[in-house]
Amino acid sequence: MDVLRTDGITMQFGGVRAVSDLKLNIQEGEIVALIGPNGAGKTTVFNMVTGVYKPTSGNIFYTKETGKEVNITGKKPSDIAKLGIARTFQNIRLFKDLTVYENVLIAKHLHLKSDFLSATLHLPWYMKEENNDKKEVEELLKSVNLWDIREEKSSSLPYGQQRRLEIVRALATSPKVLLLDEPAAGMNPNETEDLTGFIKEIHDKFKLTVFMIEHHMDLVMDISDCIYVLDFGENIAKGTPDEIQSNDRVIQAYLGVDEDA
Amino acid sequence: MAKKQKLILTILLLIVLFALSWVVNIAMDSYVRRIINLCLIYAIIGLSMNVTNGFTGQFALGQAGFMALGAYVVGVFTVPVKLRASVFYAVPMNPLIANIQLPVWAALIGGGILAAFVAFLIGAPVLRLKGDYLAIATLGFSEIIRIVITNASSFTHGALGIKDIPTLNDTRYIFVATAITFIFISLLINSSYGRAFKAIREDEIAAEAMGIDLYKHKCLAFMISAFFAGIGGGLYAMLLGTVDPKNFLFTLTYNFLLIIVLGGMGSITGSMLGAIVVTAGLEYLRVFDEPLELFGVNIPLFRPGFRMVIFSILLMICVLFWRHGIMGTKEFTWDGAREFVKHPLRMFHRKGVA
Amino acid sequence: MEIFQTIANMTGAALAQHVANGISLGSLYALIAIGYTMVYGILLMINFAHGDIVMMACYFAYFGIAVFNLPWYITVVVTVVLTALLGALIERTAYRPLRDAPKNSVLISAIGASFLLENLANYLFSGRPKRFPRIPILEQNVSLGSVQIQVISFVIPVVTILGLLILLHIVNHTKTGMAMRAVSKDYEIARVMGINIDNVISATFMIGSALAAVGAFMWGVKYPGITPMMGVMPGLKCFIAAVIGGIGNIKGAVLGGFILGMGEIMIVAFFPQLSGYRDAFAFIVLIVILFYKPTGLMGEKLMEKV
Repeated sequence: MDVLRTDGITMQFGGVRAVSDLKLNIQEGEIVALIGPNGAGKTTVFNMVTGVYKPTSGNIFYTKETGKEVNITGKKPSDIAKLGIARTFQNIRLFKDLTVYENVLIAKHLHLKSDFLSATLHLPWYMKEENNDKKEVEELLKSVNLWDIREEKSSSLPYGQQRRLEIVRALATSPKVLLLDEPAAGMNPNETEDLTGFIKEIHDKFKLTVFMIEHHMDLVMDISDCIYVLDFGENIAKGTPDEIQSNDRVIQAYLGVDEDA
Repeated sequence: MAKKQKLILTILLLIVLFALSWVVNIAMDSYVRRIINLCLIYAIIGLSMNVTNGFTGQFALGQAGFMALGAYVVGVFTVPVKLRASVFYAVPMNPLIANIQLPVWAALIGGGILAAFVAFLIGAPVLRLKGDYLAIATLGFSEIIRIVITNASSFTHGALGIKDIPTLNDTRYIFVATAITFIFISLLINSSYGRAFKAIREDEIAAEAMGIDLYKHKCLAFMISAFFAGIGGGLYAMLLGTVDPKNFLFTLTYNFLLIIVLGGMGSITGSMLGAIVVTAGLEYLRVFDEPLELFGVNIPLFRPGFRMVIFSILLMICVLFWRHGIMGTKEFTWDGAREFVKHPLRMFHRKGVA
Repeated sequence: MEIFQTIANMTGAALAQHVANGISLGSLYALIAIGYTMVYGILLMINFAHGDIVMMACYFAYFGIAVFNLPWYITVVVTVVLTALLGALIERTAYRPLRDAPKNSVLISAIGASFLLENLANYLFSGRPKRFPRIPILEQNVSLGSVQIQVISFVIPVVTILGLLILLHIVNHTKTGMAMRAVSKDYEIARVMGINIDNVISATFMIGSALAAVGAFMWGVKYPGITPMMGVMPGLKCFIAAVIGGIGNIKGAVLGGFILGMGEIMIVAFFPQLSGYRDAFAFIVLIVILFYKPTGLMGEKLMEKV
């Protein structure tokens, strides 16, 4: 079943066509990768799906927890997050001056039912919600070994941990679909391997659909169920890792030929 | 330290401070009481400004206007009806409101609510603006509020102002108002909504991606800020006994800007400290406005206006060299206090990069 | 309705006078708005102190003519030079040290600088209004049919257009101008390319302040009451003018200035009962523009990289 699909979205910035007529069909529970050379328009696709940009034309459809399909084209990012689509950013956007703990706890706010007065006055039904949230955050942080350093300022963490924290923060919003923008950027092969395991783990544990942009082909080929290839804004190929790896056009545009072959 | 212990300590502290305010009320002369009361009122307004500027990262400069709204609600509705004809001597009071007299607390709250409502109206267009634009727009609206007040003479007596407002120079009441403000805002900042505000300050785009509705939360912060600024304005009117549109020029907002910069933008205790320093400072700086004689020689610099020059220079120095202010984004906590008592000097060690 | 009465009663002479005033005020706003837009274009900050620089220029001119007894044409030159230096000084002391600080700090510093100038003027020159010196040749009346218009009302738009042309020449046809455009497009790249950022920024401030000084002088002739706070409202309005025209765009600033100046005069002319609210006009236009075309009439959309 499609959890996320587009009917041909285009993004035009003035004279530049960043994305042309992209048709996505992401199945529930899949791990889907979006690859392509730099500047191909990948992050633009993410930004359209998450509401940062409104597509110049075309629609984006998302199937909610309840099974109902909604048109999320042009909706506000905060509304889309509330529906169950969370993301990380290419250039890590943590809440720098806040602690690890606060970063993740804030991600619980979007599902808060209490109004601000109840929250301020710490009325019982708010306290119940908050205690619940805090418990969930504790579990999350413990499961990724970030609990012990929870009082550290997030900006003081080493790079790899910051990336992990950003993913955990997105998880805290209880999403159905998780968009990861270059999660392995700047990582060495060991770290990438750890990350691959991590993504597989959270995918299974939280029953997520994962949609990711990546350049690390080992990660992509290892865990993706389906790969979309973007070049100059156009989707030039779509298929399984094997299909993509043997696709001439993709090899020409992006993967390159193995020199020793 | 356990939560219960901290709560008890906080309550004790409040009782002690309240008792102190009682003592001040009885023992000090009215001039000193006035300064202390002004300081408390400034703390309320400074804190209100910190909610938007310090915690939510929205650079709003409208406090003077919101103060004016609160002050005028108090001014218009608390002057005893029989005195109104003499107070509104140039323009008779509008018959719609001429006979409505509200008890002081109702007028105060009413002023706060009016300010919050106006903030809501202003917020709709203005909160979608980025940093600098927001500053100019709120500054502008502060002035528009003042212009409207100056022109709506049958409601406000225009440029001539309103006098005979029942005065309040009682430190106990003002302390209670200040304490309530501080407690409310502390609780707010420590709640989920307060965290959402901070998220917006840190990174709007990330905050939005985490499901925080930017406009709704900025508007909330703005309205709360305006509410307390209105209350502060009302108390200010009662302290002075008169109101005049000229009291609420936007340059008044600069006082509160200095308070929160000096105290630390993003620190509640900082706002209190900043208020004390700025209010006391402004008073002591008065000495610069009087001619000074040293060894029988008249120093030519000391004349009216010098005080504000020094004040502005201090603001500049603070901004240029001491951006984080006294508290930065930290708060006074009981744990922190205990640490300080055990190792007093540790506070002065540099902890990494500021 | 009252407005029809007002229009009917207004003679051609009165209307011509209002138009002349509108053109004058519009030109003055334009000259000052240019300073805001140039600084914003390069540094992405509002120079809150710009309006107060206008005020200081008026005082410089006042002292030049009334105290030092210099002829008015010499005073203009001296005022422009002094004001340009003042602008550069403010940039050097209040803004440059905070160039790498978070945006809010520079904003607060600008406010502080503005506040300092106002208090300094109040202290040095006293808050009592001073009368800008009379310059008979500019105050003479010229007859256009049955209408009497002051010479200054012709001089202002002419000087403004001249100033604008000179400025556009500098920006588009000189090396300095090219450097300025480069810095406003991409700060980091320009720096890496070897452009001396500090000099370019100083030049920007000086040019903006110089134009403002010219405007200030003419302002003083047309509206002779000078006080320490006189720059505040015009400053706010001129920034709004720059926003209306498209912040960062010089021609936009001029357009915005004219719209606000003419609009303000005409509103008061046709609705005299609203004259107490004349200052609110600019803010209302600001709200309208921010709602319907936030990038301004001539501005370009800036996309933030996510």
